Amino acid sequence: MPSDLIHEYMRIDHLPQIWCAGCGNGVIMRDVAVAIDQLLKDEEYDFDRDDFVIVSGIGCSSRAAGYLDFNSIHTTHGRAIAFATGIKFANPKLKVIVLTGDGDCSAIGGNHLIHAARRNLGLTVICFNNHIYGMTGGQYSPTTPNGDVAATAPYGNVDRPFDIALLATGAGASFSARGDVFHARETTEIIRKAILHDGFSLVDVYSICPTSYGRQNHKGSAVDMLQWQKENLIPTAQFHAMSEQARAGKKEIGILAFNDYPEYTDEYAKVIEACRKQTGGKGRN
Amino acid sequence: MVGLKRLVVEPLWCKGCGICAAFCPRGVLEIEKGKVRVAALERCVFCGQCELRCPDYAIYLVNDEE
Repeated sequence: MPSDLIHEYMRIDHLPQIWCAGCGNGVIMRDVAVAIDQLLKDEEYDFDRDDFVIVSGIGCSSRAAGYLDFNSIHTTHGRAIAFATGIKFANPKLKVIVLTGDGDCSAIGGNHLIHAARRNLGLTVICFNNHIYGMTGGQYSPTTPNGDVAATAPYGNVDRPFDIALLATGAGASFSARGDVFHARETTEIIRKAILHDGFSLVDVYSICPTSYGRQNHKGSAVDMLQWQKENLIPTAQFHAMSEQARAGKKEIGILAFNDYPEYTDEYAKVIEACRKQTGGKGRN
Repeated sequence: MVGLKRLVVEPLWCKGCGICAAFCPRGVLEIEKGKVRVAALERCVFCGQCELRCPDYAIYLVNDEE
């Protein structure tokens, strides 16, 4: 028997999940479940379980939509945000949560990501960023660090990587954040705030992939990779208290951008209203 | 009173990654033959680090009713 949390929010007949030993995705998926659990139990909000929709694309990350026991849809590669856009438009009251990966959301689905961010469409995109295409055998992705080895870059990756949180910020996301597997409690809190945010929210969560990425790049075991996160990914308050010198090679974990832009479906509802007024409720013609 | 919390292991779900044992602040857990084993329960302070970090949900705390 699993814990009450897992029993409540996951399809336990599909568990244990298929992710490799030490893969960080299970921790991120648990963070999502805990964040939703906190929102459902919070009396300040009147959430119903059916207010949450989980949408995923293709890749290791996207298995999560099959495990999380909510209204969920496992879509095609790169198109999770496109499907989520349709769901949000059909019923703007829903909290639509997209679980995606670095390849799914910044390569194949890169355009959907930047335009959903630009429009400030009220989705929550959580990227399980393992810095590689794990499921298909370890090809480099848009977030694989420069110089790292991958199945398709045996002499080192020539590309410069995307920083997905900064990419979303640049594209106009009103909420952009970075989390990781090691700082699970902090990341859960970021995800909770991202879901509550009225507008496009992105959380780029650094996963660990000891099997495909770690092994090719001599990053050691899952424990070593988590230890690296502990030492190099620093929560906001602590990060800003550090000297420039001490920050070298380290990254900030936390909410990186927050703006109160109008949400897209709210703005669209105004267009519908204006159209109705002008045409006496009949639409055009 | 102590003993209101219990440490539970689901060996069928454990993949033996060793994260729980490495991050247990009290050295309660070890990996034996590819599975987690509670080696020193008397040292456990029921902090929940293992449950927080296990990617496979194979170890967790249960709050027994008082």
